[in-house]
Amino acid sequence: MKVSGKAVKYGDNINTDVIIPSKYLTSLDPSEWARHAMEGIDPDFPRMAREGVIVVAGRNFGCGSSREQAPQALKYAGVKCILAESFARIFYRNSINIGLPVLEAPGVADKVSCGDLLTVYLDEGRIVNESRGEVILANRLPDFILEIIRDGGLIEHLIKVMKAGKGNEV
Amino acid sequence: MTISEKILAYSSGKDYVKPGDIVDARVDAAMANEITGPLAIQMFKRIGLKKVWDNRRIILVLDHQVPADSVKSAELHRIMRAFASEQNIPCLYDVGDGGICHQVMVERGHVKPGELIVGADSHTCTYGALGAFATGIGSTEMAAVFATGRIWLKVPETMKVDVSGSFREPVSPKDLILYVIGRVGADGAIYRAIEFTGSTIRDMSISGRLTLCNMAVEMGAKTAIIEPDEKAIQYVGERANGPFKEFRSDPDARYEKTLEFNVDDLEPMVACPHSVDNVKPVKDVEGVEVNQAFLGSCTNGRLEDLELAAKILKGRRIKRGVRMLVTPASTEVYLQALKRGLLEVFIKAGACVCNPTCGACFGGHMGLLAAGEICVSSSNRNFVGRMGSPEAMIYLASPATVAASAVEGKITDPRRFLGDSM
Repeated sequence: MKVSGKAVKYGDNINTDVIIPSKYLTSLDPSEWARHAMEGIDPDFPRMAREGVIVVAGRNFGCGSSREQAPQALKYAGVKCILAESFARIFYRNSINIGLPVLEAPGVADKVSCGDLLTVYLDEGRIVNESRGEVILANRLPDFILEIIRDGGLIEHLIKVMKAGKGNEV
Repeated sequence: MTISEKILAYSSGKDYVKPGDIVDARVDAAMANEITGPLAIQMFKRIGLKKVWDNRRIILVLDHQVPADSVKSAELHRIMRAFASEQNIPCLYDVGDGGICHQVMVERGHVKPGELIVGADSHTCTYGALGAFATGIGSTEMAAVFATGRIWLKVPETMKVDVSGSFREPVSPKDLILYVIGRVGADGAIYRAIEFTGSTIRDMSISGRLTLCNMAVEMGAKTAIIEPDEKAIQYVGERANGPFKEFRSDPDARYEKTLEFNVDDLEPMVACPHSVDNVKPVKDVEGVEVNQAFLGSCTNGRLEDLELAAKILKGRRIKRGVRMLVTPASTEVYLQALKRGLLEVFIKAGACVCNPTCGACFGGHMGLLAAGEICVSSSNRNFVGRMGSPEAMIYLASPATVAASAVEGKITDPRRFLGDSM
């Protein structure tokens, strides 16, 4: 699996309240969440993300609440992948579960500038910064997580597993 | 093994696990509220199963926007009720019945020591106060739990937080957890379990333990846990049915690290805008004028919290121009506060007593902030925009500091009203 796009950069401790403010959570429409993605810190984000971007961030990306609407908002806004020094664990799992690739990449915040063109090779955990001609190594995702992402998310994965008659294994 | 490792081993049918292992674990209880539940229900329906794995182990709580503040909220509530009815789920806590989900979970007997509990809300880690391993998950994952009753989990490293000494009134567990978060940082416990130990924890009430464990997620922790003791067993015995297992950490259990704190000289603390780890002694920020004082939330909306605030508010008036909101964490807390005359103290002081809800803390309804306003709050997050306008500012503090600040109209050290003179 390979994704590419221009980098959009943020700092440390980007929380779910700024990714999608609570006032939009009464909606069940992903396109509404997408319209307000990152509204708390970057109201211009939905316009930038439309062409398909890769979010690059520092430590603890997605901290705060368990709202899955946060990664959903980013995904529907056009985010193809998120690279960060580290993630808040619920956000990390939520992203995988909705089929949005997330990779921990030590040092990534220093090795990417806003607007750099990135290609991410998910199976290898390798990032190529095409603009700088540099390779950045990420922590490779375990195979079972790659499979969930490849299937398009946990629900699709579960349906596949159940159809294959593997019972309750997820 | 640590208590966390033992619970994860037990729930995944293993004799031994170590940090880093991935386990496929059996869930004892699964909780969702009306913000995360409807999305989980949608996802569950996509799976195509007719029945949930166990209707008696699913707990649904309406709490974030109750009573419905908009037609959209009402629709979310309707989806939750319809699902409970279709799936024959007996534990749906509707408007007026329950309260804030985490308080409802512990108070109504849905949490027992040794259990593995998942909740579609980040503050699910609260239940560690009763010796359970409890962690927050998202909606899609909850749908998979509804379907299978199982979840994959990575066994976390455990960070021990050992606390000794005695609090000096009005310093409380909230001041301790703010202090710990200030030291550890907003991502200092990321992916880890925090185990609270020591004489201060043993002496602490269940209410205080719930406050400590509740805010572990603000350091990035997967969960927080306290070994069950007589107090915890008694609390559970009064509320829950059925057997449970009491796990304790082995004397030779391995901890990633141990942090030691002593609370003898701990002062009232406050987390300043806009991050939970921006923690200072209250006395350093005294004088910041406030527009709103909020007492409530899953962190500090329990009877003990209301009692502490009422001690300061009794016979006093809230400063003119400041509004104070009090939201008891549950119907049970509300009723107890009523019986003990606390609500009368609040009302006479000029506070607005609201029904149990996540409302103001979550920035959903009932007490949002306008641009430029400042709120001192007993809740758990002070992120930009958390309680309304992104141009508002939130200071997190203890119930005592909230009450003292409401009286003075500015951030105030509660020791000016209670305990030792400053």
